Amino acid sequence: MSNPIAEQGSRRHWLRLVPLVIALVIGGFLFAGLNLRPKEIPSVLIGKAVPDFELPPLPGRPRGLTTADLKGEVSLVNVFASWCVSCRAEHPLFMKLQASGVVPVHGLNYKDEGSAAMGWLRRHGDPYDRVGADLKGRVGIDWGVYGVPETFLVSAEGRIVCKHIGPIMQRDLDDKLLPFIKALREGGTPQC
Amino acid sequence: MLRASIRFALLLLCIAGWSVSALSVAVDRPLEDPAQEARARAIHKQLRCLVCQNQSIEDSNAALARDLRVLVRDRILAGDTDQAAIRYIVERYGDWVLLKPPVKAGTIFLWAGPAVILMLAIVLIALWYRRRGGPAGRTVEPLSLDEQNRLKDLLGDGDRS
Repeated sequence: MSNPIAEQGSRRHWLRLVPLVIALVIGGFLFAGLNLRPKEIPSVLIGKAVPDFELPPLPGRPRGLTTADLKGEVSLVNVFASWCVSCRAEHPLFMKLQASGVVPVHGLNYKDEGSAAMGWLRRHGDPYDRVGADLKGRVGIDWGVYGVPETFLVSAEGRIVCKHIGPIMQRDLDDKLLPFIKALREGGTPQC
Repeated sequence: MLRASIRFALLLLCIAGWSVSALSVAVDRPLEDPAQEARARAIHKQLRCLVCQNQSIEDSNAALARDLRVLVRDRILAGDTDQAAIRYIVERYGDWVLLKPPVKAGTIFLWAGPAVILMLAIVLIALWYRRRGGPAGRTVEPLSLDEQNRLKDLLGDGDRS
């Protein structure tokens, strides 16, 4: 007869690995979690038509922003406000975009006072084609806005293709938005 | 004290990350009809605040949470059912805003996960008991005379009794 203790040990051998396996599984999830960005809530409006809205212009600025204005050509819609600090960070990029004429940029001025917004645009430059003043933030809610800045890429058919949360950096422009704009103009359907 | 400092830290985080409206336009006033207000409050408790995450919009001080509270009240005044008012918000912000996520293909693991893990644990424990010949296991062969003698030697039977 073989040694019963040794035999029982080998039978239970695989059970000893259970804690290790559990630790590895939990570790795997935690490791994957390191690369998640829980602050960025995915938009449900991607691929859908832009919401129906009509916003008046800022006081002393000619053109407001409506749903119809977003049809006909590829455009960017930038949600901004004079009280928004990180809007300052991305602003020079929009100035450059406007100067280069690559793509029209429209502004959605979110919960801002008209005079404050106009002062801000005078101080830092006005890169926008049209700007709609969303005083109450209701149109922002229709767009699924939950912080400022946010930027939407809209197709020529008036469909929301992409949403960028937070300030846009040169890298986002080069790696994401500009290639997407190019693809859209060539009749492609890029996926965010 | 600790609570206050945690709140302060959260506030700083909100300001630092990326800004949330400073301008309050919407007024957060209860509805006149108490029954409608009760419905609105019940809906507020089910909706997750997008700014200070994992608080309901009922609990959150964020400006967007206040705007959404007002919006829910407006929907109810406009004659929406509770379901329709919730759907109105979900159409804009997605299932993410629901503190209780719906059962869907994408969330099935979330809902079934705990039950599956519990079953797995029960099966593993049952297997473990059987393998070690526990209460539910097979009967153990009695020791042979040789083995009994050896056991007595090992236990030092003579010394003890």
